[in-house]
Amino acid sequence: MIDSIIQWIQSAVAFGTVIMFGCCGEILTEKSGNLNLGIPGAMYMGGIASLAGAFFYENACLTAGSTPNAILCILIPFLCAFAGGALGGLIFSFLTTTLRANQNVTGLTLTIFGAGLANFFGGSLNKLAGGVGQISISNTSETYRTTVPFVKSTGFFGEIFLSYGFLVYLAIAIAVILSIFLKRTKAGLNLRAVGENPATADAAGINVSKYKYLSTCIGCGIAGLGGLYYVVDYTKGTWNNAGTIETLGWLAVALVIFTTWKPLNAIWGSYLFGFLYWLYLYIGLFGVETTRSTISLIQMLPYLATMLVLILTSIRKKKENQPPESLGLPYFREER
Amino acid sequence: MSHYGSTKEPLIRIVKRDGLKSWIGWLIRAGAILAALLICALFVFTITKLNPLEVYESMTKGAFGTTRRMWITFQDTALLLCVALGLAPAFKMKFWNIGAEGQILVGGISTAACMIYLGDVLPLWLTIIIMVVASSLSGALWGLIPALFKSKWGTNETLFTLMMNYIAIQLTAFFVALWENPVGSNTVGVINLRTRGGWLPEIGSNRMVSPYVLPVLIVLGLTVFMFFYLRNSKQGYEISIVGDSENTARYAGMNVKKIVLRTMLLSGGICGLAGFINVAGVGHTISTNVAGGRGFTAIIVAWLAKFNSFVMIFVSLLLIFLEKGASQIASDYGLNNEASEIMKGIILFFVLGSEFFINYRVIFRKNKKEEEPNA
Repeated sequence: MIDSIIQWIQSAVAFGTVIMFGCCGEILTEKSGNLNLGIPGAMYMGGIASLAGAFFYENACLTAGSTPNAILCILIPFLCAFAGGALGGLIFSFLTTTLRANQNVTGLTLTIFGAGLANFFGGSLNKLAGGVGQISISNTSETYRTTVPFVKSTGFFGEIFLSYGFLVYLAIAIAVILSIFLKRTKAGLNLRAVGENPATADAAGINVSKYKYLSTCIGCGIAGLGGLYYVVDYTKGTWNNAGTIETLGWLAVALVIFTTWKPLNAIWGSYLFGFLYWLYLYIGLFGVETTRSTISLIQMLPYLATMLVLILTSIRKKKENQPPESLGLPYFREER
Repeated sequence: MSHYGSTKEPLIRIVKRDGLKSWIGWLIRAGAILAALLICALFVFTITKLNPLEVYESMTKGAFGTTRRMWITFQDTALLLCVALGLAPAFKMKFWNIGAEGQILVGGISTAACMIYLGDVLPLWLTIIIMVVASSLSGALWGLIPALFKSKWGTNETLFTLMMNYIAIQLTAFFVALWENPVGSNTVGVINLRTRGGWLPEIGSNRMVSPYVLPVLIVLGLTVFMFFYLRNSKQGYEISIVGDSENTARYAGMNVKKIVLRTMLLSGGICGLAGFINVAGVGHTISTNVAGGRGFTAIIVAWLAKFNSFVMIFVSLLLIFLEKGASQIASDYGLNNEASEIMKGIILFFVLGSEFFINYRVIFRKNKKEEEPNA
């Protein structure tokens, strides 16, 4: 009983970490007024970039006959993931900010593109490089999943709080830093001004395009880290074409609304989504008998919860819970 | 004026274009698609190291190589087109209905239910009528729910419709488990395989062609209807006004709420009908893959075609061609067929970018000497 509760917590945290990265990235993006529906695509691009980076590094080590260096094992995929995600953000910003394309359609395209790119190379990279069978980056994955050394001696406490790789804590740190950045720094204030009313921000001398570009690219880079965590930890260094990243990415976008655009809420919100997502495996703990058909109904819960929050926030209309005023709207200086 | 001279004119100025002839617009878009296909060829070349022309030829074979393949390509085009036709009024109204996947699925569920419970009991024509009504009603309901919340409280429809997709997927999984056949397979299998109860009838005697004719014809009919509905009807006019500016519509005395609800009923209904065609006319089974990403791809179709139904035929044919072609390449060279998704993305990126050059003019700073001869 207690074991399965711990298992539940651990899988919820793993699940939550993927979407926390995506959610934090999207909050940063949306604060600039860009509604980027390409977050799942950015996560895909980050994931595949990190997979490719790690794969080529491990292969190079293999042919050279040396053991992969732990620091490089961390650094290469990490930078690749951030760059891959940010590249998605760059495409989005260029099309929506510079070329003034529609944000919704551009975002959806980015998701289709990113998913295609990732699933294509995830499935064929090993073959293209002349290998056989499934792609695997076991060294990198193991390095990423290294925990603090004394977990075993700390019992339940350790298993619940310390049994994860460093990315889990990095996600929390990013959420906290993002919250401080948005609330307490001048750049954060400027960014919020851009998202609320770009015309006013422009008149106050803030470079609207610069803020939109930077926040979208960095936001997508952070989302790319979610893809990294998915590849190196969640699936333990392999690739599957099941489209899970896409589902997770959409949940991350939904989570932004759930958190009412506050990064700190993303921390507990994403774990809550994780609990709901895995509930069907552990619902037996509450003495509920399940069949396959009831399981599919239980799996609706995270989505139902999101819809409920969506509806409630729109009904209550509390001022501090509203999306940035200009979210999804283009800003052209000439059109006023 | 000295003040004027001291401010530097920016290197590039962007000016809104007015009254560009529409054929020039389509020319720019066609150019963008060509450029995108060029990039795609480059991409395929770097991966397979093959002559891109040969690759495009093998793609053509994959899509049109035999009579049967050609008709399957037409049928798949029709299925995609049908969803795009459903999305067009909603997107034209700037109602971001990305819930087509879910609307197709619920349409498919009700069709499958009719086939299972009524298919062998009622005469075929009656079953088909009931299926058409049931599938479009359930799709319409799935589209109406987000519209209700949107018009009452302004709830964000983009994410609402997206969540409705997942609810529909789980609902489908629920019914698949309920109807599974044989037990333990976790699939429904082909419904009424022996009796063909509730299957859309085949037309003609050529077995290579006959199963695909009716779905194509139904969608062609819908295409003509949607073209005139959006262009010539009062309701179509209202949709375009609400899409351009809700305030204008309200000022003109239109009941925006009613228009939004009515349009989403129509949009969801047609998507539900796409589910019907899929289940009763094509697959004769129900699974969570019935929509198969069409709900998202159809957005691209509707948007690229600027909601013109006849242009949509070509766009969906192009996308299906890429899909078939890519899977041909994939099987020829042992790669997976996700390459078509990449190509779709590249094409759309280019066309989205090209819209800028249709709507705006870019003016470079003129040479100082010719600009200020009398300064």
